Amino acid sequence: MKDGPATGLPDCIPYFPRGVRVKHDTIRGCYVLLGPERALMLDAVSAAILDGVDGTASVAQICQHLAEAYRAPIKVITDDTTTFLNGLALRQLLDYRNG
Amino acid sequence: MAKLSPPIAMLAELTHVCPLACPYCSNPLELTKRTGELDTETLARVFREAAELGVLQLHLSGGEPAARRDLETLVQIASGAGLYTNLITSGIGLTERRLEALDKAGLDHVQLSLQGVQAELSDFIGGYKGGFKQKIKIAEKITAVGFPLTINAVLHRKNLDDLPQTLALAQDLKARRIEVACVQFHGWAEVNRAALQPSHAQVKAAKKTVEQARKTLANIMVIDFVPPDYYADFPKACMGGWGSTGLNITPAGKVLPCHAAETIQTLDFTSVHEASLADIWYKSTSFNMFRGTDWLPELCQSCDRRDIDFGGCRCQAMALLGDATETDPICRKSPFRERVDDLLTQTAAASGPGPKLIFRGRA
Repeated sequence: MKDGPATGLPDCIPYFPRGVRVKHDTIRGCYVLLGPERALMLDAVSAAILDGVDGTASVAQICQHLAEAYRAPIKVITDDTTTFLNGLALRQLLDYRNG
Repeated sequence: MAKLSPPIAMLAELTHVCPLACPYCSNPLELTKRTGELDTETLARVFREAAELGVLQLHLSGGEPAARRDLETLVQIASGAGLYTNLITSGIGLTERRLEALDKAGLDHVQLSLQGVQAELSDFIGGYKGGFKQKIKIAEKITAVGFPLTINAVLHRKNLDDLPQTLALAQDLKARRIEVACVQFHGWAEVNRAALQPSHAQVKAAKKTVEQARKTLANIMVIDFVPPDYYADFPKACMGGWGSTGLNITPAGKVLPCHAAETIQTLDFTSVHEASLADIWYKSTSFNMFRGTDWLPELCQSCDRRDIDFGGCRCQAMALLGDATETDPICRKSPFRERVDDLLTQTAAASGPGPKLIFRGRA
């Protein structure tokens, strides 16, 4: 059970709760998100988003960084990122705290 | 056949020793004695081989894994090899001090079993007086140390009606996840099937409870639900397909595609003493026997669910039909489905508590 907000508003800071982490899988040549009884193989986009989850950056900052790095419209990036992160939060693989 | 992928998860049954005697225990009827267990060094080698093979998650189970004095060492080795480590425990035998040592050793997650939410029934099912109280205490220590906690509630005829209270208790214990696991009838559970099979009404009510709880508890707790498959129309995809995602090590070191596979006595399972994990996974006869879909009977070959359930559970075909190569008779299309229905008719006709339970290892 967690205490923080359920969905990530722009100011929220996403972080991995204990028991969830990203690992580089050298056998399969990709990044995987590992959690309780879960192993998600990450595609390049998902891995890039989670690379920004460092426990200090807010959702808005992560999106801003991705928009710059991939030269993509901020609205598109924000929609994709929040959908992905909120989906993980719903599966207890990501928590938010208020920024 | 498509290119074979490496396994994602490995279940290591470290021991068959357990303080509990649950009448649905997933261990085989013939239990391995302590002297027959793999030693620390061999397990260490197997864990490293697993990581090299591509295993990501290691589930440490039993019996009761805390009955192994080297549990902390084993976790440290597995964790050092890069494996995500999950302890599957009854909680009995764990102490605050051991939990702290496991924390230091790098344990990632704890899954605690519950035999019920009422102390009396829980202790009766586990065959261990005072067990429920100990479990609640240890659950609090697990989350106090900081481990993420999954509650594994094993449900059947005698406690399925307590599902709402079970979900509430899991929440109280700060679990982030609960497995609502209805007993699957293999091994000891098969012996006790008549006493443990829930009624159709119980199962329908449970499905409704889960459906509602998934809405009210969204964002609070993940609910994984394994319904009793006898009432289903189609079989479950055993292990996501035989030899496709996971493997299992018995206390004695046999490598199995699933924990119940030794019930298929026509198969010869290789031990970690005889070959490397990679060779067993990719090359052994037992792993290749039911892999993919080529081996499937015509009924399944021509079915549009062929790549969904892969003919169902091999151990169930073995248990109910005496032939592991048959379609799982849970399937409505199986010519033998009536055998499952007959068993359910007997369940429906039975009243009261049913036959006396036979407790694991105490028969």
